[in-house]
Amino acid sequence: MAIAKPRMKIPKSAAAGDIITIKTLVSHAMESGQRKDLDGEVIPRMIINKFSCEFNGNPVFSCDMHSAVSANPYFEFSARIEEAGTFKMTWVDDNGVVIEAEQDIALR
Amino acid sequence: LAGFFGTSTRAFASVEDVEKAIADFSGGISPTDSGVLNLTTPEIAENGNSVPVSVFVDSPMSPDSYVESIIILAEDNPHADVITFHFTPASGVASASTRIRLARTQSVMALAKMSDGSIHSARNEIKVTIGGCGG
Repeated sequence: MAIAKPRMKIPKSAAAGDIITIKTLVSHAMESGQRKDLDGEVIPRMIINKFSCEFNGNPVFSCDMHSAVSANPYFEFSARIEEAGTFKMTWVDDNGVVIEAEQDIALR
Repeated sequence: LAGFFGTSTRAFASVEDVEKAIADFSGGISPTDSGVLNLTTPEIAENGNSVPVSVFVDSPMSPDSYVESIIILAEDNPHADVITFHFTPASGVASASTRIRLARTQSVMALAKMSDGSIHSARNEIKVTIGGCGG
């Protein structure tokens, strides 16, 4: 399955102590396991079930998902910045496929 | 095409399913509807396949006192569990937004777990015009 690059909106820089807003969007059908195909067979569930965000290796935010999260899951959350470093985002789906993305932030 | 929740058989979350999801999250501690947890949802959702939902708790986020997690439950979906957000003091503020699927008009519940173990609840009614179930 082709996986498009995740989209992230993170400020390029922040002052120490700032709380920044992060937005992420990843392309995924999030097949719910509730639908049936044209032959009446249930289409198996295939969703991203875990998302996590780390900063310089420390957990910032994560979530556990079930089948009622919309396709192309979108998250908006916050992080407090005390030092320059790297955000690492990780999405994991039911097949164990891992999607990763990183972005740096500088102190100003 | 079949709707999101199929067209013939519709199974919705049972009361037991909802109660179990609440108990699993809260560890048996009774939630208080204290107004501490803010749940923001549209009054009317035209498309049940993508309903914006935001949660926010006005709380310090220090290692001593912070919001650990917030769960969203949709009681009239096939599965009550929708999503659980996990926060850390590095989150800075206990705030998160996403988009969810709703099978039909229903009330959506959110529970917040604080680091001291207390549980806060909030509940909003959402009118779903075109359910996430093509029905």
